[in-house]
Amino acid sequence: MTSYLLRGVSVLGAESRDLAIVDGLISDKAPADAEIIDAAGLVALPGLVDLHTHLREPGREDAETVETGSRSAALGGYTAVFAMANTSPVADTAGVVEQVWRLGREAGLVDVQPIGAVTVGLAGKQLAELGAMATSAANVRIFSDDGHCVADPRLMRRALEYVKAFDGIIAQHAEEPRLTEGAQMHEGEVSTRLGLTGWPAVAEEAIIARDVLLAEHVGSRLHICHVSTAGSVEVLRQAKARGVRVTAEVTPHHLLLTDELAASYDPVYKVNPPLRTAADVEALRAALVEGVIDIVATDHAPHATEDKECEWAYARPGMVGLETALPVVLSVLGERWDLIAERMSRTPARIAGLTGHGTDLAVGQPANLTLVDPSARRVVDPSELASRSRNTPYAGTTLPGRIVATFLRGEPTVLDGKAVK
Amino acid sequence: MASPRADAPSKIILSASDLHRVVDRIAHQILEKTSGATGTVLLGIPTRGVPLAQRLAARIHAFEGIDVPVGSLDITLYRDDLRLHATRALGKTELPGGGIDGRRVVLVDDVLFSGRTVRAALDALNDEGRPSSVQLAVLVDRGHRQLPIRADYVGKNIPTSLSESVRVSLTESDGLDEVKLTGGEDQ
Amino acid sequence: MIKHLRSAADLDAPTATLILDTAGEMAALAGREVKKLPTLRGRTVVNLFYEDSTRTRISFEAAAKRLSADVINFSAKGSSVSKGESLKDTALTLQAMGADAVVIRHPASGAPHRLAAWVDGSVVNAGDGTHEHPTQALLDAYTMRSRLGRIDGLKVAIVGDVLHSRVARSNVLLLTTLGAQVTLVGPPTLIPVDIAAALSPATKVSYDLDSVLPDMDVVMMLRVQTERMQDSFFPSAREYSRRYGLDLARMRKLPEHAIVMHPGPMNRGMEITPEVADSSRSTIVEQVANGVSARMAVLYLLLGGKA
Repeated sequence: MTSYLLRGVSVLGAESRDLAIVDGLISDKAPADAEIIDAAGLVALPGLVDLHTHLREPGREDAETVETGSRSAALGGYTAVFAMANTSPVADTAGVVEQVWRLGREAGLVDVQPIGAVTVGLAGKQLAELGAMATSAANVRIFSDDGHCVADPRLMRRALEYVKAFDGIIAQHAEEPRLTEGAQMHEGEVSTRLGLTGWPAVAEEAIIARDVLLAEHVGSRLHICHVSTAGSVEVLRQAKARGVRVTAEVTPHHLLLTDELAASYDPVYKVNPPLRTAADVEALRAALVEGVIDIVATDHAPHATEDKECEWAYARPGMVGLETALPVVLSVLGERWDLIAERMSRTPARIAGLTGHGTDLAVGQPANLTLVDPSARRVVDPSELASRSRNTPYAGTTLPGRIVATFLRGEPTVLDGKAVK
Repeated sequence: MASPRADAPSKIILSASDLHRVVDRIAHQILEKTSGATGTVLLGIPTRGVPLAQRLAARIHAFEGIDVPVGSLDITLYRDDLRLHATRALGKTELPGGGIDGRRVVLVDDVLFSGRTVRAALDALNDEGRPSSVQLAVLVDRGHRQLPIRADYVGKNIPTSLSESVRVSLTESDGLDEVKLTGGEDQ
Repeated sequence: MIKHLRSAADLDAPTATLILDTAGEMAALAGREVKKLPTLRGRTVVNLFYEDSTRTRISFEAAAKRLSADVINFSAKGSSVSKGESLKDTALTLQAMGADAVVIRHPASGAPHRLAAWVDGSVVNAGDGTHEHPTQALLDAYTMRSRLGRIDGLKVAIVGDVLHSRVARSNVLLLTTLGAQVTLVGPPTLIPVDIAAALSPATKVSYDLDSVLPDMDVVMMLRVQTERMQDSFFPSAREYSRRYGLDLARMRKLPEHAIVMHPGPMNRGMEITPEVADSSRSTIVEQVANGVSARMAVLYLLLGGKA
C-alpha cells in the first residue's frame, strides 16, 4: 500500500505541518518511499459524511448509479454516503440493501451505507423488515421513507419504538401529505403570483412537532431530513431544550437559495421540500451555526434531462449536490473549519453510528480525509459534473473552495481535483 | 426616408403663404377636374394627409359653397415595409357617411415619393369598397418613384436627391405651416 | 415592442394602451365586408393547445386569419405527461416549421415561459394552468373601456375562485397597470392571503359581496368549478351561490352605469343567474367579439414589425 506525505497541510485551518498516511492510517512519520503531495495552502478536513444521498440504483441507472454517485461524492470531499431507499425496487428488504452496499464496495470510491425503507414499498402502510436489514451485510441503522412522509402517526410511533432494539434511527421526511397535495413550490407570495400550488411551511412543521412528541413519548431517537423553514427550527429548538433525542439536517440549497428562483419556471429549482423565503434561509443558517440543526446533508437527487427539461409541474423535484455541498457551505459559513467538520463529518457519522469516519486526523485514526483549497474559486459548469445528471441549480455560479484530494482509508479517490478511478 | 441630422442644413421650399396658395390651387383644380366635386370624397392618409384633406374641403366650400365629404384612410396594415421597422401604431380609418361605393375618391397625402404609400392606399381602398374612380392629390412631389404611380394634383414639384428629406409641417399637427428640404451633400 | 406575451406583467401602461387602441382600430375594420387584412401575409402562427378550449382557439384563429397569417392548429390534447412528445420536442418541431408566433394553451403554469426559451418566435400565453390568461385581460379591459369610456379610476370587483383563476391574475395585473382599483371578492379559502403582495399592493380583498357592490363600476364573475367542493373550498353549490352568486337582487345594488362581466364559460345558476347573464348590463357576448379584436392587436404588435 502506498504511503503518502501531505506536506505543509493545514489541519482544520491550524498552522501548516506535514501529515503522513501509512497503511491506511494517519501516522506521525512517513517512510522514505512515501509519495509526497504538496499540500501548501490546503486545508485538511475529516472525510465528509452525507446522511442523505439518492444514488438511483437500482432502477434509474440513467440518472445515477452507485458508481457515478460515488465518484461525485469523492469529488465533493465525501468518504461516506448514505443511500436513500427510494429506488426501484425499493430498498425495503435485506436483499436490496445488500445489493446497494455491495455495489458501493465494488466502486470503492466512498463507503456507501444503505438506508432502509421504513415501510414496505414506501407505501406507509406496513413496516418493512427493519431488523433483517439491520442484521444484513449492509448493517443498516438509518431507516427512512424519504420522498414520502411516514404520515400515519401510529405507524410512526411503532417504527420509532421498533428500531430501538438495534439502535436504529428513523429519518423522517416531514411533509403532511394532505396539506401538500399537488404542491409545486413554497406557499407564499411567489406561488400566488406564479399560479403554482403552494407547499405550506406548516405541512413540515406540523409533522416535526408531532414526531418530536412521539419520540419523546417512546424515548426514541428521531432524525429530521432536510429542514426547510424557520418554524421548524423553533419546534426543534424547543424539543431539544426539553431533552428530546432529535437531530436534524439542512441541505446546502436551503442555506443559499430562495423561492424567488421559481419565477423562471425552470424546474432545476424545483425541489422537495421547496426553496423557501430569505427569512427561512436566515433562520436555517443561524440554526446550523447554533447547533439546533446538527448537520448538512446534500439530498443529492439526480434526475435525467427529460425529467427536468419540461413544464415545472411535470418535473421531478430534486437537485444534485454532492460536488457543490462543501463550496456552498463554505460560502455560507466562511472558513470556520472546525464547525464545518462538525456539521459535515463528525456529527453525521455519530448520528449514523458509523465508525471509522468523522474522526479527528490524529495518529492511528483511519485516513479518511479531504484536502480543500480555500482560495480557489470555481464557476459551476453542469457538463463538468461527475454525476450522471446535470440538474444543478448553481450553473454559472461562482463558489469558493476546490476539493483537491480525497482519501478513503489511506487510498486516494481524488487527486489534483480529479477522480482516481 | 433618410433622417438627416438635426443640425443638417435646411431650406424652406414653401412658406406658410405659399402653402396656403398651393392648397387653394389644388382645391380649384379638383373643382375643375371633377365637374364641381359632385360625387367626390376626399380621403386623407394619416398623419398629414388628413388635415390637408380637411383644408381642401374647407377651401372648396369657401369657393363654391359645396360640402365635400372628408374621411381618413390608414394604410399601416397594408404597408409592404412592415418588417423593416419596429411595429407602427395604427392611424384612424374613418370613411364619411355613405361610404365610397360608386364615388370618386381623391386620396390626399403630403409627400409623394416612392409611390409605395399610395399603392398601400389603393389596396386598403379596395377592401373598403368600390369607388367609381380614384385620384391622388399631394402637396409635394419629390420624385424617385419605385412604382408606376403619378399624382392627379401636385402642389409643388421639388427635385430632390435621395439623401435629402422633405419635411412638411402643418399647424394642426406641428404648430406651423411650412415645407422644408433638409440634408444633402451639395448644400 | 415586447417579444412575448406570457404575462399581463409583460405590459406597461403605454404598451397596454397601445394594444387597446389598436384593438379599437381592428374592431372598426371588423365591420367591413372584406374583413381580411394583408398585414401578416407570409407569417406563420401556430395554435398549440394542450387543453380543450374551442372558444379561445377559434378566437386566436380568426384573429390570425384576418391578418392573413398562415395558421397551423396543433392540438396536443390527450398527449399525457409521461406519454407523447415532450413540450421541448414539440417546440423544436415548431421551430423547424418556422413558426413566427406560437399561441399556447397549457394546463401547467409557466409552460409559455418554458416554451419561450426553446423557440425563436414570439410566444403568446392563451392560458397556462392557474397562472395567467393575458389576452383575456386585454379583451376585458377593452370591453370596459368601450362601455365606460375609461379604465383609469374604475372600481372593479372580481368575484369567485381567485386562487385557481388565471383570468383573475391577469386582470389584477393589467387593470392595476391601467389605473383601475381592483377588489377581489370570494370565500377566504379561494383568495390567497398574500394576493395583494403577490400581484399589486393596491388590490383590496373582501369576503362580503353585498357590501362591495354599491361602489363598483364593473363586476366580473369568475367561473367556479363544482369540483372545488370536494376539496372543501366551500360546502355546497347552494351556499356558494347564496353568498357569492350574482342574482337580480344583488345586481340592483350596483350603480346604474355598472356592467357585469364573465370570461365564460358560465355556470348559470352557480356564480351568475340567467337573468343577470342575459341582462343589458351583461357584456358577455361583447367580450367574445372583442376577443378577436384584442388578439388581432396582440398579433399585429408582436409580429407586425421587425423581428
